[in-house]
Amino acid sequence: MSSAGHPILDPTLAPPFPVAALPVLRNPQLRKNVAHAIDVIQAKRDRLVAEKTDWQALREAASGIKDEALENLAAYLEQFEERCTAAGGHVHWAGDAAEARRIILEILRQENADEVIKIKTMTSAEIQLNPFLEAAGIRTYETDLAEIILQLGNGEPSHIVVPALHVNRGQVREIFARSMGIENLSDDPQALTAAARHYLRQKFLTVPTAISGANFLIAETGAVVIVESEGNGRMCLTLPRTLITLAGIEKVLPRFADLEVMLQLLARSATGERMNPYTSLWTGVTPGDGPQNFHVVLLDNQRSPILARKTERQTLRCIRCGACMNTCPVYRQTGGHAYGSVYPGPIGAILTPQLQQLQHARSLPYASSLCGACYDVCPVKINIPEILIDLRARVTDQERETARKFSDPMYLGLRIANWIFSRARLFHLAQWTARIVLRFFTRKDGWIHSLPSVGAKWTQTRDLRGLPRETFHQWWSERERQRTRGQGGERPKEPGTREAAR
Amino acid sequence: MRASLFITCYNDTLFPETGRAVVRLLERLGVELEFHPGQTCCGQMHANTGFRPEAFSQARRFVQMYQDAETVVIPSSSCVAMIRDQYPGLFEELGDEKLRRQFAALVPRIYELSEFLIDKLGVEDVGAYFPHRVTYHASCHGLRALHLGDRPFRLLAKVGGLELAPLENLDRCCGFGGTFSVKNGDVSSAMLATKLEDVLATGAEYCTALDNSCLMHLGGGMHRQYAPMKTIHMAQILASTQQEVHG
Repeated sequence: MSSAGHPILDPTLAPPFPVAALPVLRNPQLRKNVAHAIDVIQAKRDRLVAEKTDWQALREAASGIKDEALENLAAYLEQFEERCTAAGGHVHWAGDAAEARRIILEILRQENADEVIKIKTMTSAEIQLNPFLEAAGIRTYETDLAEIILQLGNGEPSHIVVPALHVNRGQVREIFARSMGIENLSDDPQALTAAARHYLRQKFLTVPTAISGANFLIAETGAVVIVESEGNGRMCLTLPRTLITLAGIEKVLPRFADLEVMLQLLARSATGERMNPYTSLWTGVTPGDGPQNFHVVLLDNQRSPILARKTERQTLRCIRCGACMNTCPVYRQTGGHAYGSVYPGPIGAILTPQLQQLQHARSLPYASSLCGACYDVCPVKINIPEILIDLRARVTDQERETARKFSDPMYLGLRIANWIFSRARLFHLAQWTARIVLRFFTRKDGWIHSLPSVGAKWTQTRDLRGLPRETFHQWWSERERQRTRGQGGERPKEPGTREAAR
Repeated sequence: MRASLFITCYNDTLFPETGRAVVRLLERLGVELEFHPGQTCCGQMHANTGFRPEAFSQARRFVQMYQDAETVVIPSSSCVAMIRDQYPGLFEELGDEKLRRQFAALVPRIYELSEFLIDKLGVEDVGAYFPHRVTYHASCHGLRALHLGDRPFRLLAKVGGLELAPLENLDRCCGFGGTFSVKNGDVSSAMLATKLEDVLATGAEYCTALDNSCLMHLGGGMHRQYAPMKTIHMAQILASTQQEVHG
């Protein structure tokens, strides 16, 4: 059962980010592997982006296209439905995860399916489809190489483009050898690929039903687009009798021509390639060729409320390239699992809490130093730091309503600090007090090595220089005083002045 | 030229030597400095931690305090970024039209220190002398919010006796991030360790930056590790002169 599910990537159950990050932080080898893997992708990405002289114009165009789609989302989705239906497809609307799961199960039941092959669908992990189908007696088989590794090894994806980024070759060998029953399997990449191919071919040739995700939906033509590197997706999309595509409503693009912009940005940003190896487009059903029953399930699952807020709406521009996590200095240390969701990294830090309506994943907006590297690389110009700050404000506003505010030293501290900053005199008094209090913690070398409470989180790895004897404003006013006095002294001697009296 | 110095709350409290260096440097260049005694904080810490109404009140205070200033100089890129990037959104949300107008008129007159030197005063050679091996840490806000570009390097290049040690992965965050450094203390520490590897590998005597916040983080890590390197705000390097060094 757990082989198909993603138990730790359930945002409703995941521990807060600072806690969830600890296992990886304590595993230097894993951190090194993650850092190396994303460095390699990022270097390729940077090289290929640099050769595009119109990169900024492409980003601008792409964010414009996505905004146009999002601002007229209902109309474009209805257009997609109309065109897809006219081409022989069936379009279903799912308000939430449960409805999407029910729709998919119904279709599979009509097909008398007891097995299903899957490709390129993070959205199915979002709605936790696999455990649901397994519980209903339907076996699921992932067919993306990385997803196979995870499924057979009871693993969880840690990256949206390279889901098995955290698994090394030796571990892959071990997983394949055990689950495929191959003794003597070497860890040579060719041998591993051959083993996976053998396993997959059987599934492709025998399982008549498939579930896919979608990179894009084209409103103008009713087409669905999937990009991939392995060709396993192509197999899934063409061999089965029945194909179900699960797509978030934000995947729609207005026009076929928009792909020209999107595909250039996506391949370079995601894998550092000029063009991805396999781009599959299909429109409805073609008699005698490919799946003869085609369903699209359009999933809302809390996307609509995101549309309502102008800043947050940018979140739905995402084309799932993963560039933000490859460049993120936080992800670099923690890997993907700490984000407790199938969407890790900076995009996950803004998307997951919103999909959870800030009822869960409330620590994720804080899982960022706001360094802005993600915004710089984002091909659709999602201002992630701006959205993180907005979400932090919403989380804080929730906290104001709860009892936590009385026990959280950070909350109290910031409230008091605000009062202090409201008047210079209070600020100066606070500086004076801090100087006296911190003196007790300051060692002979003039540094603070250990602090209590929130400060302990600082001094666990960092010292803090003790407060200087004089603040800048004290120095300034003392200097002003002396200057005035000095100017007085330079004046021609006036009898009776203090200076003259000296 | 007259300029009003907004020293920022943490420089005032923790790094007065940076403020004194700014004064020495700018007065040497002929700038007449003012210091508004009522100044406290720009509101960055509150805004970035999600305390928006609190940040409003500090932003309002800042704009009202400096609306008549000829020029405002701030030796902290993250505070300038706060003012430029976040104030407009705060005032829009607040719906205060008057404040928005005041801010729009004020914001072109607000400069980060290196911007002020190069863009406003038009100097690169400030007559500084600092005979040490120095590496420059590009703070995230200076790099990506203010787009300081090569300004810091142009200034350092003209400092007499200074040997610049290039820093690998210049664009990578040190992990400070304000309250992030304690809210996510373990992650922040791991980021610091990664950054310090690069910084210490330069073999420099000093690590400089245009933000004391990053330097407090890097310096705190260095001190804990007994590393043979110190941190120093760039204002202090630019304020140093040959006379001072030699006598």
